[in-house]
Amino acid sequence: MSCLHTGKVLSEGEGDKWCIESQAVLRHNRPVKKGAIVIELENVAYSYGGGELLSEVSLKLAPGSFHFLTGPSGAGKTTLMKLCYGALLPTAGYVRLFGADVRGLDRDDIAIVRRRVGVVHQDVKFLDHLAVSDNISLPLTVSGRAEDAAGGDLDELMNWVGLTNRADALPPELSGGERQRAALARAVIMSPDVVLADEPTGNVDWEMSQRLLRLLIELNKMGKTVLIATHDLGLIRATKAHVQARVLRISNRRIQLAGADL
Amino acid sequence: MKGFLASLRGVFVGDRQADRVVPPSGFTAQLTLFAAGAMAFLAVFALALSLAAGRLADRWGEELARSATIRIVAPLDQRAAQTDAALRILETTRGVASARALSDEEQQALLAPWFGPDLALDALPVPRLIEVIETQDGLDPAGLRLRLAAEVPGAVLDDHARWRAPLVRAAARLRLLGWISIVLITAAVAAMITLAAHAALAANAQVITVLRLVGATDDYIAQAFIRRFTLRALFGAAAGMMLGVLAVVLLPDAGEAGTFLTGLGFQGWHWLVPLVVPLLSGAVAFFATGTAARRRLKELT
Ligand SMILES: Nc1ncnc2c1ncn2[C@@H]1O[C@H](COP(=O)(O)OP(=O)(O)OP(=O)(O)O)[C@@H](O)[C@H]1O
Ligand SMILES: [Mg+2]
Repeated sequence: MSCLHTGKVLSEGEGDKWCIESQAVLRHNRPVKKGAIVIELENVAYSYGGGELLSEVSLKLAPGSFHFLTGPSGAGKTTLMKLCYGALLPTAGYVRLFGADVRGLDRDDIAIVRRRVGVVHQDVKFLDHLAVSDNISLPLTVSGRAEDAAGGDLDELMNWVGLTNRADALPPELSGGERQRAALARAVIMSPDVVLADEPTGNVDWEMSQRLLRLLIELNKMGKTVLIATHDLGLIRATKAHVQARVLRISNRRIQLAGADL
Repeated sequence: MKGFLASLRGVFVGDRQADRVVPPSGFTAQLTLFAAGAMAFLAVFALALSLAAGRLADRWGEELARSATIRIVAPLDQRAAQTDAALRILETTRGVASARALSDEEQQALLAPWFGPDLALDALPVPRLIEVIETQDGLDPAGLRLRLAAEVPGAVLDDHARWRAPLVRAAARLRLLGWISIVLITAAVAAMITLAAHAALAANAQVITVLRLVGATDDYIAQAFIRRFTLRALFGAAAGMMLGVLAVVLLPDAGEAGTFLTGLGFQGWHWLVPLVVPLLSGAVAFFATGTAARRRLKELT
């Protein structure tokens, strides 16, 4: 497996060590070192084939940090998130996940990345033939840890997102807000280092969005790195009271800091 | 190799949780079972045909190749002398294990169906017959004919080759056709399973996407499909094979006259050969599904 890196100039031996270490962090699910960057984008550009959608995007997500990502519809928020969990490869620049260059990761490595990065997708998809509780524990099932769901953790999580009484329902029977909460529960069941939430409050009312936000803040207080894409400025303001959050804005293909102290 | 063994183990050990992540597909499953069963049924007949044809080819080839007849067609007064001369030549001919003139009684018995039992053999210019048994290597009929022509003018060598060869060729061809059928049936099973697997993978595209997003590896996803199709092909073929064998067992006895038809079936340890059919079917499904799944999964992010 190749291991590309730029920025720091490394001697050959050093480079190998760096490469092996970051892959060990990834493959053996070792905790990320304190202060180490979990997701890092460096001069990233992306285009779907037409003109460039993102260019010269640099971003570092330190453990325990809380970020918002805003920007007009079509600006590339979802695209940026996909770059952050290995669903897309940058057309230029570098994306490092847990220190490893995404271009050097094979399909199995990407699968492991997804166990360490909990994603709430903008268009949440479930397995419609399985009950809600089975969907929430699906990440455990596919990583061969189905027995972990049998412990109290799943019940606790279901309770945390307020879906205990919907556990046996099928996903198509859920309301929009219930789907969002189920998605959040599924994203965090593996106790990931990072939670990426793409419009987590997209189709819920104010009250429900506040509830989901509280869940995300709670996760952040547990030490998780959180990145939320949203155009809901009210949500950002509401967060301000509880945690220190950085707001990033995509405009004109670049990423800008929209107020470090918001 | 390690992955292969794990995958093979996974087919039989299974994982109840993993089985559930891909939704059950009642109708397709039944079609696969049925098709595998039908193919196995046909394969049993193709096997029976090849093995029986092979036995016939071997037996005819061997029995007939190892015997020949010499007719001494000569006036009555020269018949005995020429017979002795021919026997002497045969004694020194390579490839002859033994040779003897048929006795009067034996010839009478041969001719009795046509002329009745009271035939006076000495009075008739009936040819004298010499039975020649060849060694394993066989004799050289052309060389023997030359020598006989030189010393025994009335001798005609009939080495059965004229009528034996086409029979043996036909039986050998039949055996070949049987084996070709088995190869074609195997290929058809592979094609059918590949189609069914592609259909299942396409029908479950959404499921596969979700599984990838929550961190399932390609092997995990492929395994869910491999397990299903391998077991279906295995059990479907096992049922078809048993019906096929039962049909062969129940073939009506054609009696003495139908030597070929009575021979159609299995003999001795050959009865165990059909057991290979379901195993082959399962193995074909295992590889066909694995290939289809891995190719398909590579196209997804
Ligand atoms: N698979 C794709 N192929 C081609 N173009 C795409 C693809 N996905 C997204 N795009 C385009 O890229 C642009 C950015 O899409 P993206 O989904 O990242 O925007 P967004 O900021 O998340 O928008 P929204 O706020 O509406 O969710 C859009 O113009 C979109 O049409
Ligand atoms: Mg989006």
